Amino acid sequence: MTTATPPSSAPPLNQIGAAAWAKKNLFSSVSNTILTIVSGLVLIWVVLTLLIWGFTQADWRVIPANFRLLMVGRYPINLIWRVWLALGLIVVAAGLSWGVLARNSRLFDRRGLIVLGIGAAALVIVLALLSDPISIAISLGLLALLVGLAFVGQQVGKVVPTFGNWLPLVWLVAFVIGYSLIRGFLIGRPVKGDDLGGLLLTLLTASVSIVLSFPFGILLALGRRSDLPVIRLLSTIYIEVIRGLPLITILFASQFLVPLVLPPYIRTDRLIRAVVGLTMFSAAYLAENVRGGLQAVPRGQAEASKALGMNPLLTTGLIVMPQALKAVIPTMVGQFISLFKDTSLLTIIGFTELLGIGQTILANPQFLGRNVEMYTFIGLIYFLCCYAMSIASQRLERQLNSSGTPTVAPAATIDP
Amino acid sequence: MDEQKVPLWRDDRFLKIAGQVLVLLVVLIIAAIMVNNVTVNFRKLGLNFGFGFINSPASFGIGDSAIPYSSTDSFGRALLVGLVNTLRVIIFGILFATVLGIIVGIARLSDNWLVRKLASVYVEIFRNTPLLLQLFFIYTVGFLSLPRVADSMQLPGPTFLSNQGIYLPWPTGSVRTWIALALLVASLVLAAVFWQRRLKVMELEGASGNGYRNLLLGLGAVALVALLGLEWQAPAFANAAVTGGLHLSSEFGALLLGLVLYTAAFIAETVRAGIQSVSKGQWEASKALGISSGQAMRLVIFPQAMRVMIPPLTSEFLNLAKNSSLAAGIAYGDFFQISTTINNQTGRVIEVVMLVMITYLTINLIISLGMNLLNQRVQLTER
Amino acid sequence: MRKWISLLLATALTAAVAVACASSSDTAGGDGAADGNSVLNTVLDRGSVICGVNGQLPGFSFVDSGGEYSGMDADYCRAIAAALFDDPSKVEFRNLSAQERFTALAAGEVDVLIRNTTWTINRDTALGLEFMPTTFYDGQGMLVTTASGVKDLKGLSGKSICVQSGTTTEQNLTDSFRKQNIPFTPVVFDDEDALYSAFTQGRCQAATSDRSQLTARRKSLPNPDNYAVLDDVISKEPLGAAVRNNDSKWADAVKWITYSTFQAEELDITQASLAQAESSADPEVKRLLGKEGTLGTDMGLPNDFAARVIKAVGNYGEIYDRNIGTPFALERGLNELWTDGGLIYSPPFR
Repeated sequence: MTTATPPSSAPPLNQIGAAAWAKKNLFSSVSNTILTIVSGLVLIWVVLTLLIWGFTQADWRVIPANFRLLMVGRYPINLIWRVWLALGLIVVAAGLSWGVLARNSRLFDRRGLIVLGIGAAALVIVLALLSDPISIAISLGLLALLVGLAFVGQQVGKVVPTFGNWLPLVWLVAFVIGYSLIRGFLIGRPVKGDDLGGLLLTLLTASVSIVLSFPFGILLALGRRSDLPVIRLLSTIYIEVIRGLPLITILFASQFLVPLVLPPYIRTDRLIRAVVGLTMFSAAYLAENVRGGLQAVPRGQAEASKALGMNPLLTTGLIVMPQALKAVIPTMVGQFISLFKDTSLLTIIGFTELLGIGQTILANPQFLGRNVEMYTFIGLIYFLCCYAMSIASQRLERQLNSSGTPTVAPAATIDP
Repeated sequence: MDEQKVPLWRDDRFLKIAGQVLVLLVVLIIAAIMVNNVTVNFRKLGLNFGFGFINSPASFGIGDSAIPYSSTDSFGRALLVGLVNTLRVIIFGILFATVLGIIVGIARLSDNWLVRKLASVYVEIFRNTPLLLQLFFIYTVGFLSLPRVADSMQLPGPTFLSNQGIYLPWPTGSVRTWIALALLVASLVLAAVFWQRRLKVMELEGASGNGYRNLLLGLGAVALVALLGLEWQAPAFANAAVTGGLHLSSEFGALLLGLVLYTAAFIAETVRAGIQSVSKGQWEASKALGISSGQAMRLVIFPQAMRVMIPPLTSEFLNLAKNSSLAAGIAYGDFFQISTTINNQTGRVIEVVMLVMITYLTINLIISLGMNLLNQRVQLTER
Repeated sequence: MRKWISLLLATALTAAVAVACASSSDTAGGDGAADGNSVLNTVLDRGSVICGVNGQLPGFSFVDSGGEYSGMDADYCRAIAAALFDDPSKVEFRNLSAQERFTALAAGEVDVLIRNTTWTINRDTALGLEFMPTTFYDGQGMLVTTASGVKDLKGLSGKSICVQSGTTTEQNLTDSFRKQNIPFTPVVFDDEDALYSAFTQGRCQAATSDRSQLTARRKSLPNPDNYAVLDDVISKEPLGAAVRNNDSKWADAVKWITYSTFQAEELDITQASLAQAESSADPEVKRLLGKEGTLGTDMGLPNDFAARVIKAVGNYGEIYDRNIGTPFALERGLNELWTDGGLIYSPPFR
């Protein structure tokens, strides 16, 4: 949701217009003028400080020197093609979705372009520093693929408007194949959990948890709305207890309690335990979001299907739930963004995901004191991912709004 | 329906009850298996269960403690210190985050283009990066980069600032201070009461309220005397160390600042949405009545926006409370960090996890309760 | 309203569960019936040993940029693999933090914990661990900056000291400073790396840990000469391996694999002189190397396990010199053989 009127929608500016615009927006009164000057000075000071620091004092070598660690951790170098391939799958899914969703509008709006531009620029700068021609070529290829598929998707979407309904399936397939590729489940040598790290681990844990939490979240939401008191009570207790606890305590419990409640002959990997914790956590919030969606579906829908003689299971599965889920897609993207940020807590329990590997690199005597550079870089990755996703979810929301689906405000904000 | 004999497996009532019993049974069986596993595992490892350890001496130190604590105290006491540390961050965090959030939220709707843009850049940056990263940044880049304690900065006060934290002058614990403090609090409470009365009298009876005004002035004088009566203890710098006064550690500062900046970004969005939810007509009406825009915001718009804001605000406060557990990442001894230390030293995982869960649920419960009361007060009372 | 009622319910329920568990706790104790299925069999079946290490501590276990583990703890992991499979590379290393190490061992996530862990009575009895022979006798010390001019513990009066949580050092620090009546402020870090990074930034005037660790850390800091390890030793830190309670078969195996390195040094058998020793007529050497008797097979190990260990990692002295003595110039001190006035002593191989 944008608050400020974007300048693009303002009347065309000529010389006089610019002055008028400045007078209206910056110097309309004495107090406004003072505000403008003060905040302008602050802005100039901050930007100057950052620029001077960034170009004179900062030592950015820490990033390219550890770029691979930051991206994929200790993933075996000879298997790195699997990651590229999985990334390719995701790009295909993303490109298609982008195109299909924007089938009735322009592919690029201003904010989308900005994000894409910053992303591409960051990519180019980092890759240039890396001086690794193969990676540069593949990355640029993927970027081209993304845009190309967006155009393809747009055309396909125009011809087959129902294609949009298959997008979740496309994503699921891309996810399953990508995940199996990376972990080596279907083909070749499996990759140990300890070898995963960096951004790859962040993305994997976040996406696996959100996918796994889906069935649980839906069941919990239905349970909480059920008219059976026992089921309602159990679901409510689960949801409220989990939502009342900090994520770190759930992760802690999953690390230390899960081994105790399992029989002695079952050994669990700590990565699996962490994903269990994230899933348990995410399911409670997802349930609240789905519940919001269920509430947004008009009662008439359920009544009508009942009148048609559908049993409650079919009514829920075929009539109510699809509408509810569609209504909460933007909220779920929001939840995914939160979970994506929340995986950084794995650092505290000793995982080397993006933030954790950054900490490890900073402990290396060679890079001691390069905190600002490292944190800025990691922050930029998080920011780009989250911001891009939130823009995508806003577009989705608008799209869904215009197609007459009931939408809901987020029922639950998720946080550690 | 009642005439017809419905077979049991198609009887809705029966199915419902049977389903519930089944679910309950499954849950209970899973719970029983888990408890059994715990028992087996415990026996195998020679562990046992019980909260008796709470009374044994902690024998570890805590850097930050707002209440007296020494390493000979019990684990229970150590937990209490952690709880106080957590509450301290939550209370101040909520206060500051609300203030900053309201300012930024209003700034996002400012007429001034630059202010608006700056506010939204702030909000987007803080909302789209993980809090833990922000905390690491603020702690290692912000606080730890302050001068070392040997070359502490002296600020007026006298206050000393170094990467160990800030040392502020603080009232000592003498009798005189306590009396002055009591006087101060009493006069403030009385003043608040009289202020309300004065408003009421002025509103309902059209009285001048002068009598109350004089009373308030008198109370002000008492408060001033009490304030001067406080016995201050100033920190002193000697031998490359600062002693005395109130010490707020870098870890506390970093956690508080991080939580405030992060939560304020979310609160700002809530505030913005709240203000935008108030219909334009209200602005126009107040303008027509000749009320200045600042006053219109304060007296007309904001009170109405409050009604919309409180539920989402509650969840932001709850988030702040939960997020305070990230203290573990930056060496601040909050409840969670001290619990993990105790778990480590005693190996009492289950007990410690239970304590942690009960504590955080209770804190959340209290915040929700408080916000519910507030919500009831600001909602429209329909007459 | 709804929301807080349910929250209240949830809290009450958790509390009720806590009470219920507390009241049923008496039944949880009891004797630990030995599990017939020893870890030794599991490990032999699996074909590799899973070893919990620190991974961040030069000298004990450290991952270099190529992902290879080096250090004394890592070598003892390899010794076990060598004894069982005649292949020191049959080890899966797991990095464990100080906080999670005991849970990881108890949960069976690792077969053996060799993570510079101090042997204490509490850990031995209350945490369900079984400690193996001490491989490194350490003591807690203090790392300070030379610029601070601090020479002894008294000099740290009123200072901040960085310490890692979940370690014995945390308790020793408070104990010994209390005993000497020196006031100080602990700054407790969960993460070792964060601790030293805060120390170098001057957040604390001293960092405390095992002296070997401090020496190794000091060496790896950008300007080692700006830092010094104080001479004061404030605790006993016997470091060694640990396994789960109630599995004497596995415990015996790890124990005697460790002792074999001690015994080898005592008998002066090195990696280089192993071939020569194989043909020795000394009955003691023959028993150790499995040329005579059935010491190995009696406990389910190959009879020549000691020879395999020596071939792979060498004797105790060699392990020490390679990982700690040479890189950090740390005197052996208490870690000399008992014949040279130290504490390294193996019960007879007989």
